[in-house]
This record gives sequence, structure tokens and C-alpha cells, in this order.
Amino acid sequence: MLKMTPLNQTHRDMNAKMVDFGGWDMPLHYGSQLDEHHKVRQDAGMFDVSHMLPVDIKGDNVRGFLRQLVANNVDKLTLPGKALYSCMLTPQGGIIDDLIIYFLSETWFRIVVNAGTADKDVAWMLKQRDALAPALEITPRRDLAMIAVQGPNARAKVWQVISGSQAATEELKLFQSTVVNQYFIARTGYTGEDGFEIILPAADAPSFWKALHAAGVAPAGLGARDTLRLEAGMNLYGQDMDETKNPLESGLAWTVDLKSERDFIGKQALLDTAVTQQLVGLVLIDRGVLRSHQEVVGQRDGAEYQGEITSGGFSPTMNQSVALARLPVQIAIGDEVNVIVRDKKLRAKVVKYPFVRNGKALV
Amino acid sequence: MSVPTNLKYSKSHEWVKPEADGTVTVGITHHAQELLGDMVFVELPEIGRTLKQKEECAVAESVKAAADVYSPISGEVIAVNSPLADEPGKINEDAFSAWLFKLKPSNTSELDGLLDAAAYTELVENEEH
Repeated sequence: MLKMTPLNQTHRDMNAKMVDFGGWDMPLHYGSQLDEHHKVRQDAGMFDVSHMLPVDIKGDNVRGFLRQLVANNVDKLTLPGKALYSCMLTPQGGIIDDLIIYFLSETWFRIVVNAGTADKDVAWMLKQRDALAPALEITPRRDLAMIAVQGPNARAKVWQVISGSQAATEELKLFQSTVVNQYFIARTGYTGEDGFEIILPAADAPSFWKALHAAGVAPAGLGARDTLRLEAGMNLYGQDMDETKNPLESGLAWTVDLKSERDFIGKQALLDTAVTQQLVGLVLIDRGVLRSHQEVVGQRDGAEYQGEITSGGFSPTMNQSVALARLPVQIAIGDEVNVIVRDKKLRAKVVKYPFVRNGKALV
Repeated sequence: MSVPTNLKYSKSHEWVKPEADGTVTVGITHHAQELLGDMVFVELPEIGRTLKQKEECAVAESVKAAADVYSPISGEVIAVNSPLADEPGKINEDAFSAWLFKLKPSNTSELDGLLDAAAYTELVENEEH
């Protein structure tokens, strides 16, 4: 039996093509994935991301617990409402999950984790809580829904729908959040566009979704979400990284704080391990489509090397194929590599990602 | 969408149109494009290539996946729909007019083994249940 979000019937009523996404019955698209992609880049689209899980951590000194639990430094969170992207690591430095931490008060932090890893994340948090801070209360919030509204016009359309929200959110910077009535509104997203991610009571989700639709926000499925995040150069857990990979070889060194005295789970392993691989962007020169798991081969300094595409696809904004690939650290921006696609070697160029931001191609 | 009755079909979701001059035109069905979603890339066979029945001869890639196209019958490739490479979305718009290639059949009896519209419709319905 597939799990359903509070919007399941709403998606079906809008003729969504539904798919099994890691045990969740989710919309892939509502007709055309490409149209939905362009709508988000050019106007406004909305995604049901209620399969993701908000986890509330409450009690005295939540911050002290999080300093140890995650690889990024929660001491960067000084303003209430501020958000931080981080990995949660195994003692070996492998990525258990990537997540966003919202600082609400010194006694209340909210962490949003991926759907496919939610159960193991919560189990891990509880285990660490028991060992490090047994008085803290950890509550998975399946009573909440989450809708991402993304695109250059996304914020203005949300303001039309939630009364009083413009005054409360107009000054929010990226990665800041606030609460308006029953809505938790964060200026975050997974598309490379401006917009909000909004957490609200599950029972309110269908009417809110319909009101956004009436305001001109296009429903968008997981298909467009994947091409948008790939263009935006954002990692997907389970594809670009997992517990066998550490953040330093996954393009996420910027999310790891190794400079402070603070100890955190996985820190020693990261300090002890030589980084031999990196995540790079690829743009296909020849015609075709790059896909995850395709082999990348090339030569550098007279030696053959191999790597693998972790996420690949067609970029609707650039009208060509792009990918993220894990390659040896010696490979540099501008290098040409070969990707084995069926029986052919196609040429691709190593580029700095993101590929697209705020509607514009960067490479 | 209805399945045109003037065409023949393979179990791997290609359509075949027998032409008056004895050649056949080949494409992928409406059902195939529906399964694949928005098409973004098409790779066509080379003109002059000799194909065996069920041989992989073209690739249709959507936002979601790459699908091999199999030659429904044996024959020589005598034409390909080159403009389709720049506009693969034509397959989504009308799969039965967005042809991929034309063949000069080497064994016309293979045409008799293909499905008619009714049999193909039944195949699709069975797949969906």
C-alpha cells in the first residue's frame, strides 16, 4: 500500500500521472513535464512535497545537541527563522541525509528531512538524543503538509492567497522563515528560482493548493522538480550521495564546518580521509541524453580514469543535456570527457555548476 | 486516442504503414509516447542500413527514459525523418504522423504477422491492467 500525502485526491482530480516514488504515491506530471518546468522558470509553479518530513526538536539546549548531530555549524543560526542546509553523517563520514534546519527559538528547532530517509533519520536522531541529550523531545510532524511555490512570480502569488503574508514575508532574505497564522513560510526551495516553501496543517492543504491554482500557480510534478533541481545543481539524496559517500566528495564541502573546535559525528573520519573524488558538472557536446549511472572515461597526464554520472538528463532551459558526475579530483573545469551512452562514446565538457539560476543559463 | 485501423502494429509499440509503392513507414505509437512522456531526443538509423525484424534501429528519449525502437519487419532503410531530430516533441503531438523511417521490405510476409488495430488495442489494455 503506497503512502499518500493530504493532496493525493487533489492531484488525481487535476489528472496527474501518479507514480510510486519510494513508497509514496506522487504526481509525476499533470500533462507535460516540460511545460511545468518552463512555468517555474518563467512564472510560478507549485509542488506537493508533503512526503518530506518536518521533525521538531524541543527542549533546553537544542543547539548543543545539533552542534554534535550535523556537519554544518548551527551557531551560524543567530536570527530566529533563519535556515541552514546541512548533512547528517555517520561516524565514518557517510551522508545519512541532507536536510534543512530552521532555528525558531533556543528551545525549538525544526528539521526537514527527505521522504525516503525519514524513518532512518528519525531513528538515528532518537538514538543520538538518548546518548547526548536525553531530555530533548523529538517529534515527527506527519500532521503537517508542505507545498513549495517556486518561480519569479511565486512570492507575489502567495501574497495574493495568504492575507497579511506580504507585510510579514516581503523582507525575508533567502533562507529565512516566519510564521503567518497557520502557515510556516520559508524563502527556500529546490529549483534555483525565488519562492517559498510553506508548511501548513494537513487539513488545510487542499484548499490552499486550489487557491494557489486559482491565483495562476501551475501544479508541477516530481518530473519537473528533478530537471529544475538538476539545472540548479542541487544534489539529490540516493543519487548524488548516500551513506557510502562523504560531503567532501559530493560537492558539499561548503556545508561542512571543519574549522571550529566543535566536534560532530563524522568529523574525525572527514579529517582522516583523503579526498580523491569530486562532483562536477557536465554539458554534453554531442547529441543525446546523459543519464545517471552512465560511465565517464578520459585521459589525464597520460593515465586513464573513470567516473560515473550521478544525475543526468535533458535541460529544458538550455535545450541540451547536462549531468552531475563523480570524477577524480585531478579533473579540471574545461576538460573534455567521454560518456559511454549505449555503444557510443559521446563528448562532454566539464563545467562549474549550477547550470541555471533565476531563469538564466550560466554555462 | 483511437488506434488507426489503416496501420499495423508490433508488440513493442511501433506502428507500420504499408505504402502504395510497396515500402512501409514506421513510427512509435501514441501509447508508447504516453508512457515515455515529453520526447527530447531521437536517434534515427542510417539510410541504406539493412535491418532484421526486431533489430534495435533507433532510440527515442524522453525527459524520463531512453527507449529502443525495434524494426517491425526486415528491410532496407530508404528514408529517415531528419527534421524530427530537431523537434522530437512532434511525437507527443501526433505519434501517428511523426514517422521515424521508411523501409523497403525484404520479406513482405512478415507484415502478416503484425497486429491489427483491434489486437494492438487489446495488448495495450492488457498492459494497463
